[in-house]
Formats: sequence, C-alpha cells, structure tokens
Amino acid sequence: MEHNINLESEISTHPYEVRLSRPTEDTLLVQLSGNWTLGKGLPSSGEVEQALETGQRVQRVIFDTQGVTDWDTSLLPFLKKIMELCDHHAIQVEEDGLPQGVRRLLQLAMAVPAKDTGGVSKPAGFLARIGNATIGIAEPGAEMLSFIGDTFLVFLKLLRGRARFRRSDLTLLIYECGAQALPIVTLISFLIGVILAFVGAVQLKQFGAEIYVANLVGIAMTREMGPMMTAIVLAGRSGAAFAAQLGTMTVNEEVDAFKTMGFEPMEFLVLPRLLALTLMMPPLALYADFLGILGGAVVAKGLDVSFMQYFEQTRQALSPKHFALGLIKSAIYGVLVAIAGCLRGIKSGRSASAVGSAVTSAVVTGIVFIIVASAITTVIYEVIGV
Amino acid sequence: MANTSTHINVHNLDMAYGSFVVQRDLNFEIKRGEVFIIMGDSGCGKSTLLRHMIGLNTPARGEILYDGENFWEALPRAREAMMRRFGVLYQSGALWSSMTLAENVALPIEAYTDLSPDEIREVVSLKLALVGLAGFEEFYPSEISGGMQKRAGLARAMALDPEILFFDEPSAGLDPISSRRLDDLILELRDSLGSTVVVVTHELASIFAIGDNSIFLDAEVRTMVASGNPKQLLADPPTPKIREFLSRGEL
Repeated sequence: MEHNINLESEISTHPYEVRLSRPTEDTLLVQLSGNWTLGKGLPSSGEVEQALETGQRVQRVIFDTQGVTDWDTSLLPFLKKIMELCDHHAIQVEEDGLPQGVRRLLQLAMAVPAKDTGGVSKPAGFLARIGNATIGIAEPGAEMLSFIGDTFLVFLKLLRGRARFRRSDLTLLIYECGAQALPIVTLISFLIGVILAFVGAVQLKQFGAEIYVANLVGIAMTREMGPMMTAIVLAGRSGAAFAAQLGTMTVNEEVDAFKTMGFEPMEFLVLPRLLALTLMMPPLALYADFLGILGGAVVAKGLDVSFMQYFEQTRQALSPKHFALGLIKSAIYGVLVAIAGCLRGIKSGRSASAVGSAVTSAVVTGIVFIIVASAITTVIYEVIGV
Repeated sequence: MANTSTHINVHNLDMAYGSFVVQRDLNFEIKRGEVFIIMGDSGCGKSTLLRHMIGLNTPARGEILYDGENFWEALPRAREAMMRRFGVLYQSGALWSSMTLAENVALPIEAYTDLSPDEIREVVSLKLALVGLAGFEEFYPSEISGGMQKRAGLARAMALDPEILFFDEPSAGLDPISSRRLDDLILELRDSLGSTVVVVTHELASIFAIGDNSIFLDAEVRTMVASGNPKQLLADPPTPKIREFLSRGEL
C-alpha cells in the first residue's frame, strides 16, 4: 500500500513532496523531500492526518527527510499538527529522521502547553450577541449620566469658589477654543450665509420679493445656523482635541498622577475645558451670525439689493430677542461639546487605538448632542412662543 | 530608622478585575523607614497591588491600613489627606507633559502650601537639584531623556516631603548605571528623610541592593508565597520557584 501525493504548487520550481508508506503493518513512514520554504506556501498535513485516522491502526510514525533540500518555518506547522494528532491518539512518534534544528524548534514550541486564557473563545451565537449588545447599551448611558453628575458637582464647587485648577490652563484653553477658531468659523459661517441666501433667493424671486432674503438669512443665522455651525466646528476642533489630550494623559499615567496627588481630574482637567468652551461658544456664535448676514448681503447684491437696503431690512427683521435665543443655544452646545470630548477622553482605554476611538467617539457624540439639543430647544422656543 | 513601628498594614487583601482574581489573601506589614520590595514574575499583579495601595484601584476584599487607619473605609477627605502623605513614581515617570519640569514639581507645592511664588521657585530648584536636574527647570518632559524623566518624576513625588514613597518599576527602561544611581538615590532619600519606601520591581540587582524586606507574589497560585529579607530568601529559599527567581534561573 503506497500512495504518492504531489503538493507542488504551480509557481514552484522545486516542489515539496510528501510520500506516505507502511514499511510494516503498524508503522507509517512519512518521507519528505524538496524545498519546504514559506515562499512555496504552507503545506497541508491533511493527507497524513487522513492516513493516521483511517485504515489500519498506526502505532508508530517515523520520518525520513533525506530528500529535503531546504526548510524554514513552513515545515514546522506541518509537523506540529502531526505530532499533536499522534499525541491525541497515543501514537508513538520517532523524531530521529527529522533534521536536528527542526527537532529543537518543535521541542521549544511544545514545551509550554497552551494556557487556557479564555482569550480565544468561539464567537458567541446570534442570540447571545443580541443579548450582550442589549445589555451593553445601558452601560455607556450610565457612564454618561454619572459623568454629567460629576460635572455638575464640580460646577457647584466652582460656584462656591472651592474648585482647584490652574488659571493659566484656562487662559490657554480659552485662546485655543476661541481666538484660534476664528478663521474656520469665519469661512464656514460666511458660506452658510451665502447658501441660505441662494436657496431663499431662488424661491422669493418668483414673487419679486428678493428683499426678504435679508429676513430669511438674518433669522436663520441668529436663531439656528450661527450657533449650530459654530458648535459643529468646535466639536471637530476642540471636542476632538480634548478627547485626544485627556486620552493621551490617561495612557501616560498622567491622570493617575493627578489622582494620587489629590487633584481630582474632573476639577483639574475637565472643569477648565468646560469653562473655556462654554465661555467661547456664544461670542463665536455671535461673530458667526454677523458673518452669515454679510454672506447673505453679498448674494443679495447680485440680485440688485443694495447693501444699505439689505442691512436696513435685516435691522427691521431682527430684534435682540433673536440673538439672545441663539446665544442661549450656543452656550448649551458649548457645555455639551465639552462634556462629550472630556467624557470620551477620561474614559479612554490605555492604548493608541483606544485614544483614536475616543476622539472619533467624542466628535460623533458631540454632533449628536448638538443636533438633539437643537431640536429640543427649538420645540421649547416654539411652545413658549418666543 | 529609630522608630520601627508598623507603618503600613495589608490585611486579607483580594484584588480582582471584574470576576478575574489577580491575587488573594495578601497579608503583610511594612515598617516605618524600611525599603519594602514587591516582587514576582511578570503578570503576577505587582503593579496592581501598588495601584491598590495608592488608591487607584478598589480592593475586592480586605483592608489597607496606614498607621492603623483604614484607607478604603476612610471618608473621602480623610483619604485625600492620607494620599497627600504619599509620593508616587510611576513606571513611565508620568510627568504632566504640558508643563515644564519646574511646573510639574511646583504644582503640588502650590496646591498644598502657602508659599509665595519666589519661595516655591526655590524649593523646586532644590528638589530638582536633589535628583541631579538643576538647570532643567524650563525643559518640557518630552525634551529630556527617559532616565531624566524618571528622576524628574521622583523630584515631583518628593515635592511635599512624603512619608511614603512608592516606586513602580523604577529601573524599567534604564541603563545599568542610571538604574544603579536611582537605587542609591532611593537609599539616600530614605536615610535622610526617613521615608518608608515601597518598590515594585523584578530587577534582581535592585532587590538585593536596597531591599530590607519583601514579598513574593506568584502568578500561578495567585497569592504571596514568601516574605522576608531578599538576601535571606536567597540563602534559604522557601520554594524552588523563589530560588530560581532570585538566582536568575541559574541553579
């Protein structure tokens, strides 16, 4: 009984070959020859396993590797599988026929049995995954609520004048969140004004009411778009920066160092960021309002509405109330963006990729917060009739 | 070291991450002014024990007493006061990267003393000089070497003249000479300040050079398997594993 398996792959010039034979009734001779290198792919031990498990019972496996011209890692998994199978079936393996180096490497690989770490577990079933995901939903919610609670407590501490943080940190953060954001806020809000004006102009032109573009742009910018666009820009700029800073500090044990020195991270790290963003958001939103109106004026000019007419119309359409309502919103957005950024940063895991997902999550959470808060406040304004 | 009363007492401590028990039934006491080594093989929970002792992880069971006062049952304010008596040197140094070395050392002093800015500057210079970093006040942590970061971390840990200094793998990532210098510095500080020193390490040279007393945590059986002076443990090892560990496997 002898069969010959040629495992030669098409690209290979020097085939590796496995030849199985039975010199005696209960002995399996595995003859290996050719070139066993990774470049030729990882050989399958399927045929040998089949020979061991089917047919007449094998008591002993011997090897002959005289014909092997070259070998590297590709030979080892092949042999290891055979050994493990023999071990499992209590078949005796004689390694004498294997090259010295291979025998030593195999010994090393088998020396420490695989530890049951529970790490490589089978993927859970469909229902189990749905269950775990459902249970998992509650966790971030609870985390967020407790973080918001903590934020509120340190805020109370601040009001009582007992909060401890470096004033120089706050100044720097105010500069980073406020002044440094001006260019991007300028660009975005001007363009939003332009877009609103264009959209409105196309419709209003049908009624010859181009002048009302001023009302449209003015009210939309001050009540909604100015605060919202500023908040989205700052969620991408400052919210992401907060998460990255706090996440990196967590990785470097800097947050631990604060804790053991008796500095509460909520007070020392989160509070100045929260203050900076909440203080800077309204002035930036106000600036965005004006830039948006300017953008509208430029479009209106193209519709033969002079700047003077446009601004006069805007002045009539707007009252301080509209600005105030928008600024209230923007302060709320400031708090939310800061909370999203700091929460994700503080809860970040201790690895580079964890910081990456903390930043992503901070921006996503921030924007979701902004949109939801915008919807809620708009409904509230509507209900109380302002 | 005249006063050899018990400073820290760990009683029936179990440590766990969720349901995974890291170590159980830890019982040991640390005397005032001694250098106490926590050793053991990788992954046995040495650093986790340190994190429990300095208040970063909550014990699953058991007590940690400082001068007889229960750390984890103390009210938050009392616990904060106890923590102020600690100085911790983290494995990576954990300097606050957005602040200069001077600001790092100055921050705890600003927060907990009434010194004027000029006085603080003087104290900071002294602390940095003690660790051989005079003149590096205005450097940021990223601008100095790893060994210097460790020493700056030590200067910060010593800022408030702590009663207890904790070291998490002080020699990790240091060359043999810097590592030796750090050991000498630890002994020097202990002798001059009278601080109690708790060191987590598996660096044999350090263990024998500075350790007065030690415990050995075993990763397999998940508890402490020996305690005592490291040199005596080597002379009379209670288990083969400890002999192997302390003689670097060269039997």
